Amino acid sequence: MPSLKSLSAVSPLTLRLVAECPVSKARACDLALPHCVVPTPVFMPVGTQGTLKGITSDQLEDLGCNICLGNTYHLGMRPGPALIEKASGLHGFMNWRRNLLTDSGGFQMVSLVELSEVTEEGVKFKSPYGGNEILLTPEKSIEIQNSLGSDIMMQLDDVVSSTVTGPRVEEAMRRSVRWLDRCMAANQNPEKQNLFAIIQGGLSLELRKTCLDEMTKRDVPGFAIGGLSGGEEKDDFWKMVSLSTDHLPRHKPRYLMGVGYAVDLVVCVALGCDMFDCVFPTRTARFGSALVPWGSLQVKHKQFAKDFKPIDPDCTCPTCQRHSRAYLHALFKNDTAAMHHVTIHNISYQLTLMRSVRQSIIDGRFPDFVKTFMKKMFPSSDKYPGWAVDALRSVNITLDQH
Amino acid sequence: MKLELTRVVQGGYRVGVLREVGRAAHTSMEVPGCLLYTRCGAVPHLTHDTLRTLSPLPPVTQLTLSTVAEHREVLEEYKDGFKKFAGLHDTALYCSLHDPVTPYPAGHITNKTVSVWGSGGRIELTVARFMALQKALRPDLYQSMADGETWQGDATSRKRIRKSVDRTLAHLDECLLIHHQTPELQGAEVLGVVEGGDSLEERVRSAKETAKRPVGGFCLDGFQTGCMERSLRTRLIAAVARELPEDKPRLLQGVGRPDEVVACVEAGVDLFESFFPFQVTERGCALTFDLDLSPDTERAVLELGEEKEETWESEQSGEVLLEDQAQTMTPFEMDLKDTKYRDDLTPLVDGCGCYCCTNHQRAYLHHLLVTNELLAGVLLMLHNTAQYNSFFRALREALANDKLEFFKKRVLSRKRVGHKEAKE
Ligand SMILES: [Zn+2]
Ligand SMILES: [Zn+2]
Repeated sequence: MPSLKSLSAVSPLTLRLVAECPVSKARACDLALPHCVVPTPVFMPVGTQGTLKGITSDQLEDLGCNICLGNTYHLGMRPGPALIEKASGLHGFMNWRRNLLTDSGGFQMVSLVELSEVTEEGVKFKSPYGGNEILLTPEKSIEIQNSLGSDIMMQLDDVVSSTVTGPRVEEAMRRSVRWLDRCMAANQNPEKQNLFAIIQGGLSLELRKTCLDEMTKRDVPGFAIGGLSGGEEKDDFWKMVSLSTDHLPRHKPRYLMGVGYAVDLVVCVALGCDMFDCVFPTRTARFGSALVPWGSLQVKHKQFAKDFKPIDPDCTCPTCQRHSRAYLHALFKNDTAAMHHVTIHNISYQLTLMRSVRQSIIDGRFPDFVKTFMKKMFPSSDKYPGWAVDALRSVNITLDQH
Repeated sequence: MKLELTRVVQGGYRVGVLREVGRAAHTSMEVPGCLLYTRCGAVPHLTHDTLRTLSPLPPVTQLTLSTVAEHREVLEEYKDGFKKFAGLHDTALYCSLHDPVTPYPAGHITNKTVSVWGSGGRIELTVARFMALQKALRPDLYQSMADGETWQGDATSRKRIRKSVDRTLAHLDECLLIHHQTPELQGAEVLGVVEGGDSLEERVRSAKETAKRPVGGFCLDGFQTGCMERSLRTRLIAAVARELPEDKPRLLQGVGRPDEVVACVEAGVDLFESFFPFQVTERGCALTFDLDLSPDTERAVLELGEEKEETWESEQSGEVLLEDQAQTMTPFEMDLKDTKYRDDLTPLVDGCGCYCCTNHQRAYLHHLLVTNELLAGVLLMLHNTAQYNSFFRALREALANDKLEFFKKRVLSRKRVGHKEAKE
């Protein structure tokens, strides 16, 4: 069995390759982080404010979640790094015993705050709480993330929308490389906290390749593929992902940022990604949209008022074990507990999907898994999204016609 | 259903156990006690996972018709009753008419109908429709249909009060008739509703007449917090209690504040709805009872007896009529939105064994509240429900051991001896 530990001398992370798909680029690994081992491929639920949308940390643990996200921008604003540090880090503050990944805060700033300005120094923006001007530098981002005490920190990167073209894309990529160096130098806890680099370069194969060459020269414990899933064409998206995994070192984890739709997850695992995050499963749950192997089920829709089956009869989550579509439909008219039920189901769906993907890789039947998965998800093969068919074909998985 | 009383103070409180609650032959609950408040079968904010971290839970769950009336067709098609429909496997189910938390507009009652308000608006119920709902819900016990509007008007006429008593008795007779002809409801108990507004004469008449009917117990309606002066209410409740048979439970609707609960227990009430912890949760507050009733504290409290007495009395007389109880903080809670809790890394209540207090700190709750996170409601509901249940448990103990006066001074007084909040 292939086993490689991280080449980083001090990084608190090891990646053990458990199995590799002989057909595609898919791989199953054990990612050992300070708080526990994370079996990959893994979906990481997003707990923006140090809480996961009405779910307690015990519930999240019971669902088998080994790593979740916190947002540096939000937590840095409220309650602030000083208090969180006093509370023994974000783990202590939210009472989460397993691993945490924090973003750099830069993405939120650019997407949430209108008046932000990027210079070589950092990202300048007006605080939404009080209006004073704040400068987020790579050093500041790492300082906050050091206070939060996350197991994986993300470098501050210069984010441009994936639909932007021209010299700004190259500028952002080159600056992200320089900022990576500043982040690495600023990390006060390299023996406890892993710092991931973020590959940028927009939708240009050339710029991506340059960024990959530069960043893989650095001794970082893991890599994220950034600047995607921001409204670009899916045809461009998968090519950028595939290019990245082609050039990333085999023995380090690859995190594809902001991706969480079931089809995207399965395809991008085939392309060689290990880690994913997305707010979609929890956000959509609050509107009554439950994720199922055949797509989604709108619990609030009238057609489920008298449907006494669980959301998914094959699902083993606490919601499906106890409640019917009809009851949840009725409860949605009365209490927020209805949202929590669907949130639990959706997180369970994501985690279960990734566990099944992993098992199929270990069993050497990942290509068949993908085919069956796609068959269940789409009523007929002519509904398969073209990009998914192409992406899978690029890694030697040809979907059946049905 | 059997009420076994172990202690009865003449003209006052009762302590005991209510056994074989309706059809739930194995369910028993200690009185005085509270039910488990739900909306559509769910304790607000909680799923089964989070709810089961609370133990013991009140063994009887309250369901309000206003949250389920619009689903009548669904439940009729389901056929197995509401408990199974809602995944409530191990509880007795009590069904009442209105949600005690949600105000509803007056003026929609006729001789033959009452109305409830669900998410889709008003639903008018005749006795036949009311009973069809009960048949579909299959509760273990339920409140009979009642004209309970008298407490809402400012100056309800004597005539209107008399009418509400008459109508409520007529509804009860009709309900009982259908009840006995409905196989699905065999073994379930009907609670007769005592009305009568603020009229002693009508209250006594309503109690006497209801007691003549084959009911399992009594609902005391029209005493909701804010609808009349507290002293008048306790006098009327005591008068009603005198007319009711000793061996049947009395449930008081719309009263949840701890100090009011104790006063009404003293007047002879056995059961309360437990919407109060929910109201506290909705205003972002946490209950902070000090339930240490050990002999040491008893000595300390009794030494400071005079002062405490005063506080308790002044609180009773300084009441606000028709206060907006959904907004107004009571002396039994802390406002976690207050910035003084921003950096407070202690549990909500020292020694509270609830999930929230064993896992989280005040600063985290403060953060969840200021960021409007859903988990705030979950954690506060867990804590407040646990505290409220503990309050009732301690009250029962105090009653059983003849320590009510000590309990009142210790738990209800604003200036609580040795209590953290009092030092601030
Ligand atoms: Zn499920
Ligand atoms: Zn507590």
